[in-house]
Amino acid sequence: MRAQAGDHHAFAQLYSLHKRRIYSLCLRMVGNTAEAEDLTQEAFLQLHRKIATFRGDSAFSTWLHRLAINVVLMHLRKKGLPQVSLDEAMEPAHDDGPGRSFGAPDLSLSGSIDRLALERAVADLPAGYRLIFVLHDVEGYEHNEIAGMLDCSIGNSKSQLHKARLKLREALRTTLQQEGSR
Amino acid sequence: MTVDPEDLTCQEFQEQLADRIGSGEDVSRHPHLRNCATCRALLADLETIAEAARQLLPIEQPKEDLWDRIELAIKKEDGSTQPD
Repeated sequence: MRAQAGDHHAFAQLYSLHKRRIYSLCLRMVGNTAEAEDLTQEAFLQLHRKIATFRGDSAFSTWLHRLAINVVLMHLRKKGLPQVSLDEAMEPAHDDGPGRSFGAPDLSLSGSIDRLALERAVADLPAGYRLIFVLHDVEGYEHNEIAGMLDCSIGNSKSQLHKARLKLREALRTTLQQEGSR
Repeated sequence: MTVDPEDLTCQEFQEQLADRIGSGEDVSRHPHLRNCATCRALLADLETIAEAARQLLPIEQPKEDLWDRIELAIKKEDGSTQPD
């Protein structure tokens, strides 16, 4: 690969090819454009530093995608805000059990969801939940891949995804109720 | 003693859901759902959310000047790692 040999023009082409996917991933993870651009910049800077180490064991786009995910993870950990505590979201014992549904018949989402409402609800998820939800349900990663990326167990990944979906359901039903009462 | 799947309470059923769904099991055929509208609605909603997520957020485009920023940062880095 020419970019690995330091060809600046080739690296610019790599950026053009992958910028949308990497920026979209960052945007989904952090929920705001300025931060997403900073993270995209950091991801491509890291790519520039590390591209010589790419050995072709996986597809380049997969390798770059994972590099970007690591950049986002580091960023979220550094921020250290309570709502973006990955450790908390990774630790089932700390969870308060979102959205269990043992009671009377519930307001159902009726098989369709307003896309903007879902976007808002995803943006409002705690960062750890959002991370797993985006990786699995939006990006299509499997639990074993997510467990590898995040250094957690497969069971933990399944459990956190489930809790993320429960939280989303709660949020979406609240939105429906508010709309219904208007 | 093994509990008949049909005799699971909603709580027991829902506690198993993450693992069953995550393992790719067709949970909609679980015996508990035959007589439980609440858990049927829950499962339907979770499936709807997962399905909607696949359509979520189109591929976004970063601002045009982002490459200029990256290029500048690369040049800065390259400059600082050049031997004197």
